[in-house]
Amino acid sequence: MAIPDSIYGLFPGPHSAERGMNALRAAGIAADKIVVLAPEPFEEYSFAQGERKTRMPWFAALGGLIGGTCGYLLGRYTQTAYPLITGGMPIVAAWPTGIVTYELTMMGAIVTTLITLLIGARLPNWKPKLYDPQVSHGKILIGVVDPPDEARADLEQRLRRAGAEQVKSTGAPPK
Amino acid sequence: MAAKTPEHINEDLLRPLSGTSARYWIVFGCLVAVVAAAIGAFGWQVYHGIGVAGIRRPVFWGFYITNFVFWIGLSHAGTLISAILRLANATWRRPITRCAEVITVFALLIGATFPVVHLGRPWLAFWLFPYPSERGIWPNIRSPLLWDFFAINTYLLGSVTFLLLPMIPDFALIRDRATGGKKKIYTALSLGWCGSPRQWHRLEKAMQIMAVAIIPVAVSVHSIVSWDFAMAPVPMWHSTIFAPYFVAGAIFSGIAALIIAMACLRKLLHLEEYLLPIHFENLGKLLLVMSLLWVYFVFAERLTTWYGNESSEMAVFWLTQTGSYSPLFWTMVTCNFLIPFPLLAIKKFRTITGCVIASIGIVIGMWLERFLIIVPSLSHKYLPYSWGTYRPTWVEITITVGTFAAMALLYMLFSKFVPIISVWELKWGQHQEPERDPVLLREDEEATA
Repeated sequence: MAIPDSIYGLFPGPHSAERGMNALRAAGIAADKIVVLAPEPFEEYSFAQGERKTRMPWFAALGGLIGGTCGYLLGRYTQTAYPLITGGMPIVAAWPTGIVTYELTMMGAIVTTLITLLIGARLPNWKPKLYDPQVSHGKILIGVVDPPDEARADLEQRLRRAGAEQVKSTGAPPK
Repeated sequence: MAAKTPEHINEDLLRPLSGTSARYWIVFGCLVAVVAAAIGAFGWQVYHGIGVAGIRRPVFWGFYITNFVFWIGLSHAGTLISAILRLANATWRRPITRCAEVITVFALLIGATFPVVHLGRPWLAFWLFPYPSERGIWPNIRSPLLWDFFAINTYLLGSVTFLLLPMIPDFALIRDRATGGKKKIYTALSLGWCGSPRQWHRLEKAMQIMAVAIIPVAVSVHSIVSWDFAMAPVPMWHSTIFAPYFVAGAIFSGIAALIIAMACLRKLLHLEEYLLPIHFENLGKLLLVMSLLWVYFVFAERLTTWYGNESSEMAVFWLTQTGSYSPLFWTMVTCNFLIPFPLLAIKKFRTITGCVIASIGIVIGMWLERFLIIVPSLSHKYLPYSWGTYRPTWVEITITVGTFAAMALLYMLFSKFVPIISVWELKWGQHQEPERDPVLLREDEEATA
């Protein structure tokens, strides 16, 4: 799979990146065509807002519920499978079963959070995609995938005017 | 820390990953030798049997269980402190979180090996797992030893996840600078991270959830370790104070270990511009609070025992206050309170050196505390005819020393492959309070007009 056809600018900081984003929006580029890659979260800036809606906390709670249920059932089953009275406690003793239930509740929440993160962040993903190693050197990439050919020159100019240090193209060369 | 450019931060924090000095190899070789000696001692014990250790009736728990409790306690340094500081949004945490989280993972791994080392037949360690025998009998879930299995594994899983997640963007950073085989390894480790807002947001969210989840797990782990003792009707063990006492002690020793690790990293990896005196001072204040809390717990425990005046408990009590274990007890009090208190309470002494001296004392003192909880009580149980003594053998001493070397070795290796300070978090800290760009302000004003 090839890197998608794109045009992008590398911005030195969040302020210029914000201007770059505004410039692309002003050019009428749809939000799903704009790519933002940053070396840090930059959550205070509008260009880095992206898709913020996630049900991760709910999935974590669900994972905890499943883990806790498994813990309780494991505790109950192992005590009733060989009903041995220990220290005068009932066969299914609430206190120790509660401890195992608690630990497995937390384990369920942790595992589910990890799985939800990987799915939500689309990781792992080693397929070729729009990326520039300059991002890890502190630059912010603001670009457009599959830009209309007739708009390339205009987009390049807008990105430069917004403060992009470099403007690059990937994929199919402009016709 | 003065604001640095991203390139400067990359350069400083990735430098330890590129070159290896002769000094590094010498220290590495020495640590490998000590760890090899410990493995050899364990092999000797496996070959000749558990009798080569000093544990025998009535003291069946000696150095090994002391080490187990000590290392599990030390593991509270990282993840717990990191999670609390993350939730409190303490900005000064950024350079220290990874140093701390690494301690947790390695200390837990070392601590978790001790129940196996302690077994007479370690090849049957899997009997402790929740796994039925061929007769369908499961391990007894009413035993605190089985709770350890669940608690330690949950904490280990949570701590490893908590450590690994923020490492993904840093792996991507190394990937972009590496070449050849190293690039392939870091490409695989970075999982194809590119830094999209979606990825950053999910990572932050996951870290918030993990921080909330890991704190009660950390508290439960050391509570359960304390219940290994408190559930047994042994003099001075069967006490309700044990769980909070152990948790406080664990955080206390954990912070001390973190300060020592930070001071070593600062010196050896030349991180003077990142691990600043303010970090040591803040941790020093935290250590002071924990020292006071520790002495309060010790006083409360001793006072209650003394007022109760129960003969079997008083036998253990006087053994540690004025008897054969009193030198160790008073050394513990000196190391955990008398030395750290002035060093940490007086601002003039709360320097990096002062904090490190106090921390070294606390690590020694907390190891002694674990020993003094276990051995005197077991050696003087209810019936005087069964009283006995315990003397560690060279096997136990070698294995104990080996674990400290193993900790240092693992830490050294880790710092060669992963930046010991989270690079992206440090950079992000510099952008946390953005000044509004004048150009954007003008645009906003124009739009409003």
